[in-house]
Amino acid sequence: MADIKRIKVGTASCGLAAGAGAVLEAIRKQAGNIPVSETGCMGHCYAEPIVELELTDGSSIFYGRVKGTDEAAAAILAQSEEGRFVFPEKRSKLEKLLVTRLAGHINPVSLDEYKANGGFSALEKVLTMTPEQVVDAVKASGLRGRGGAGFPTGMKWSFLAAKKVPDKVQICNADEGDPGAFMDRSMMESVPYQVLEGMLIGAYATGATRLFIYCRAEYPLAIKHLTIAIEEMKKAGLNKLPNREAPLEITIKEGAGAFVCGEETAMIHSLEGKRGTPRFRPPFPTDSGWNTLPTAINNVETFANIPIIFQIGADAYAAIGTEKSKGTKIFALAGDVKTPGLVEVPMGITLGEIVYDIGGAEPGTVKAVQTGGPSGGCIPASEFGVKIDYDSLGKLGAIMGSGGLIVIGNNRCMVETARYFLNFTRRESCGKCTFCRVGTTRMYEALERITSGKGSMDDIAFLEDIAPKIKKGALCGLGQTAPNPALSTLRYFKNEYLAHVQDHVCEALACPALVDVAIDPAKCIKCKLCVKTCPVGAIDPANNFSVDNAKCTKCNSCIEVCPKKAVSRVRKQSANA
Amino acid sequence: MNSAFSYLGEVEPDKGNLIKGLQLIQTREGYVSNDGILAAAEHFGIPAAEVEGVLTFYAQFKRTKPGKYKLSVCDGTACHIKGSTQIRAWVSAELGIGDGETTEDGLFSIETVACLGCCSLAPVLSINGRVYGKLDRKSLTKILNEYKAKG
Repeated sequence: MADIKRIKVGTASCGLAAGAGAVLEAIRKQAGNIPVSETGCMGHCYAEPIVELELTDGSSIFYGRVKGTDEAAAAILAQSEEGRFVFPEKRSKLEKLLVTRLAGHINPVSLDEYKANGGFSALEKVLTMTPEQVVDAVKASGLRGRGGAGFPTGMKWSFLAAKKVPDKVQICNADEGDPGAFMDRSMMESVPYQVLEGMLIGAYATGATRLFIYCRAEYPLAIKHLTIAIEEMKKAGLNKLPNREAPLEITIKEGAGAFVCGEETAMIHSLEGKRGTPRFRPPFPTDSGWNTLPTAINNVETFANIPIIFQIGADAYAAIGTEKSKGTKIFALAGDVKTPGLVEVPMGITLGEIVYDIGGAEPGTVKAVQTGGPSGGCIPASEFGVKIDYDSLGKLGAIMGSGGLIVIGNNRCMVETARYFLNFTRRESCGKCTFCRVGTTRMYEALERITSGKGSMDDIAFLEDIAPKIKKGALCGLGQTAPNPALSTLRYFKNEYLAHVQDHVCEALACPALVDVAIDPAKCIKCKLCVKTCPVGAIDPANNFSVDNAKCTKCNSCIEVCPKKAVSRVRKQSANA
Repeated sequence: MNSAFSYLGEVEPDKGNLIKGLQLIQTREGYVSNDGILAAAEHFGIPAAEVEGVLTFYAQFKRTKPGKYKLSVCDGTACHIKGSTQIRAWVSAELGIGDGETTEDGLFSIETVACLGCCSLAPVLSINGRVYGKLDRKSLTKILNEYKAKG
């Protein structure tokens, strides 16, 4: 048995939430002379907390779902056979780890470790090229913006590079606001130097002089790691570019919780200290952006891709993926799958491969996936054979988006899902343009009527009528895409809308207004746990444990506490009354 | 300037730093009071109405004093799919307050947030920044009771 060279504990946000803090403490207590270091996220979030033992013979042993106890730590230090984590074979075969190759394997804030693993070799190579050659290489790689819209990165850079003014701005969009997406958080937490290296290459190529990272305040660990990394880079003199007199300053600006600030003109306003309202384009930010200076905005994952392009070469990069979508894409896989996490796959993989082979969902249990967050759409399981790229997802009425991929199981209601997203966009609408401000609210109200059993066929017709008008009339990307969740569910799951409206039935038993709670007397052991738990006193033990459904708030408390699974949701009995 | 906010001197009085200044006030005070708005207006040389306009645009800023323990219940897509509506209802029932409210003893406050970025652990909530994942009725009650006992 080889000796342990180093112990690594994954302490990115999801690791910490799963209890990695206690694990780290327990292991540190017993590790003695063996160095213990914190690493980022390997993407296997379902197995957190994860501990890796680096052995002197060069191999590694992984442990998953580690408990923060002294016994668990002792067993790991003894290289116990139990609790070992094996990377799922199916997933390893399908994944292509380029951008996330180092995530979770190195100490995120150690510049030396990043350098020892090929870090800053891309920048070094870039500095032997002319800025024009760098822009051309990014163009040749076929990289498209990973923030969602998929605009060719090289082209955006060429617009900024063409501006012959002394002061230019480059912004890294780290305002990952899509609920259900956490790729950017993970990259910033796990490989901050890689993102920064991409930004430096961008600044060299475009001639940008002011660099900002606009990061949402909800990501304290990402901000901490980036701050340390920027300091370390400065100390090492890496921010001094040969085509520049002054060293580059990278400023982190924290967002303050506004989804619309992911839109580039809104983000610029926010960076200027104003309300984050978008404005009409043109002028495009590359013509007039931050404080009227030419400005280019790229997403975190886009920047993280840049060093890879120069490490493997633009041609090799362009060889991965489909005709119009090159490279890999990181998806945040969550929802009704067995093994949620962060996956990096080549463009052109099918949705089915991600959901079933990587996520471990049982075929037949999944109804749809939701991609692209509130701007995206729901794709039904019947279309899971489609190869993922920017264009194919667009054709299905969804979008690639930033990479959130939520799997929706059979027991979820699609109308409710659409209602959820419209409620989100309605709240996040900045209020500037009427189509978005009033339109999303009216759509939400119609969906609310339908899910509460008060909907009519007129509501469905109204949704179908107004949605394309909002798409056409709204000022910015938020409004132009806000109807997508409703449109895509109307396209693929109209039967559910009709069932709600015509039969007052929510097949998934998700909409509270259309369900009753019932106790099966055959299973009930009269333990009264449900009676004690019910917050509104709706269960009467004197009357054979009957549920007063007029009182019941459908909070599910009784269902959760019942030891015999005797309580359940059923279709509303008085449905047609 | 109101001397209680003299720490605003840490931030350059450049208009682009207004949000940073307001974040600093909120970190120190827990919320931004009318006095906080006036202090920021003076420091950055912007009318108070404009400061309030910016402040109220962003969901992060609180205008009322939050509790000692700030609960952020995640209602991101993954959490929503995994039942965050129930979590919110249970938290409200346990603490007797609604979204955006603070308990009378000043111990707890609840807010619903869009996404904490821990989707693989859905449903989640955070208490003063510490994230608790894979919640169900039992674990939620246990967590809340621990904080109640701590006081």
